[in-house]
Amino acid sequence: MKFPYTEKVLEHFKNPRNVGKMENPDGKGLEGSPACGDMVAVYLQVNPETQVIEDIKFESYGCASNIATASIITELAKGKTIDEAKNITWQQATEELGGLPPVKAHCSVLAVEGLRASIRDYEEKHGLVSEKEVTTPDVVRSRLKHVMNPMAGLDIIRTELVTKIDVNDGIVRILLDLPSNHQFAAAIKEDILEKVESLWDVTEVNVVFTE
Amino acid sequence: MFDKMIYLDNSASTRLDEKVLDAMKPYYFDTYAVATSEFGYSMGIDAKEGLEQARGVIASSLGATADEIVFTSGDTESSNMAIKGVCAALKKKKGQHLIVSKIEDFPVLNTAKNLEKQGWEVDYIAVNADGIADLEELKGKIRDDTVLVSIQHANQEIGTLQDMDAIALICKEKDVLLHTDATHSYMRSPMDVSKTPVDLITMSAHTIHGPRGVGALYVRKGTPLEKWMDGGYQESNRRGGLENIPGAVGFAKAVELVSQKENEFLSSLRDYTIKRVFEEIPHVTLNGSKNQRTPHNANITFHYVEGESMTLHLDMRGFAVSTGSACFSRSLEASHVILGIGGDHERAHGSIRFTFGRYNSMQDVDAVVDAIKEIVSQLRAISPLYNK
Repeated sequence: MKFPYTEKVLEHFKNPRNVGKMENPDGKGLEGSPACGDMVAVYLQVNPETQVIEDIKFESYGCASNIATASIITELAKGKTIDEAKNITWQQATEELGGLPPVKAHCSVLAVEGLRASIRDYEEKHGLVSEKEVTTPDVVRSRLKHVMNPMAGLDIIRTELVTKIDVNDGIVRILLDLPSNHQFAAAIKEDILEKVESLWDVTEVNVVFTE
Repeated sequence: MFDKMIYLDNSASTRLDEKVLDAMKPYYFDTYAVATSEFGYSMGIDAKEGLEQARGVIASSLGATADEIVFTSGDTESSNMAIKGVCAALKKKKGQHLIVSKIEDFPVLNTAKNLEKQGWEVDYIAVNADGIADLEELKGKIRDDTVLVSIQHANQEIGTLQDMDAIALICKEKDVLLHTDATHSYMRSPMDVSKTPVDLITMSAHTIHGPRGVGALYVRKGTPLEKWMDGGYQESNRRGGLENIPGAVGFAKAVELVSQKENEFLSSLRDYTIKRVFEEIPHVTLNGSKNQRTPHNANITFHYVEGESMTLHLDMRGFAVSTGSACFSRSLEASHVILGIGGDHERAHGSIRFTFGRYNSMQDVDAVVDAIKEIVSQLRAISPLYNK
């Protein structure tokens, strides 16, 4: 049989590790939304002395790559401190799975974000975070590193799809080197909006295509 | 892992019927000449005869005459030919306004979008929750400069059938030409041009166990149609390019092999699928009309789970189906059809299309429903949206 996934992806998809809800988690992250597609929930149990993640669980409303990445992420994060776990990247997870089709990158990055969100939640609940950061083009740029270019399987910053970012009074303007009728234009735009609109001081996001 | 694949994606394409291949073979190995005029050589005259016989079969399946049938390379070409051909022919005379429905398949939808870029105005008619076009809106949108209405006969994803009699009547009253993409209804749901005044009909062979790469366009006598692709004078100077005679002969054979009895059998598979799913799996929604539906389509949303996960699990167990989920599509966009009938991304995300064909059985339905029942409960168990 021919599948677009590696044996390891299929294995994690069929038998995902650490699945389920956690009662009274120390940290909880929910990324994605049913309106846009995939969704991942990550639950943490952290040792307050050592900051080590002692237990981790996930739930997924997503495709095979999403489920498999979430599964591998929980394995990677378990036993690590929250600072170590924060640095687990999407690339690491993908490598661990033996690779993913480029077009599926955006489904798998969600799992990494779910983990980071759960750590942020833990930190906020335990007074470990500083004040809210004001949104600058650099902040937007770092958010856009989580938007995948389905043609390359890498993010849209690294693949130089983003040509300009303006932030003005809560209004963010993002210029893309992509025509509006491109096969992936709608999907990329939706992804950008999802990532940037959630910043606390952003009121409007405009994505501008070439034509 | 399993003995055979159970193929339930017959709206994507179908398995060729051996009898079709047998009918085509002589035109590859014996009568392989191009179609010549009656002044040509014998093999070419025989080839021409085969082509014209095939044309006659397609024509009579619709209640048309043979000279109203143009063979094409398939439904994409047929719809391009119809829309671009009529638009080019009437642009100067009548105007630059076109009407299509919101849930058309890509050949019609993207042709309309392309014309829009060239300065045409296009209205996209809404459909109701069942996928049925809003006829009042259609009436209101037809203007003096409207050159063509293009509304599909059956939907590619949800199988909803439009009331072509009512649509044709509106177009006749307003004196506007009507094209319909019948790719997913041809030979499955009846259409008779001697009763329904449609002007152009798109058809395809590969959806009825015929060969790929061949289709036809019905063009009512007198319909203005400019040639949109340059080439030779074949098909009465309506479509350039060497005639695909084996394809046309195979297409005709495929038409002859479809029977009323077969269509009744397909609708029994459809009804049984829907019945079992609704009785045995909670939180499901039927997409498309319950009654105005092609006999071979069942499209169901399984809430709280994602389509590609379901299709991959099904594939691993030997079933082929498709989904309207964004994760499955080439553009990573959710199905415009499910969104068009008022569904949200969530409804598209968990939708599965089962389409039946000649080689399916009741056992296939039982097997796929048994499998999907397990898969859905397995995926719901890990879904953050599902309240366990």
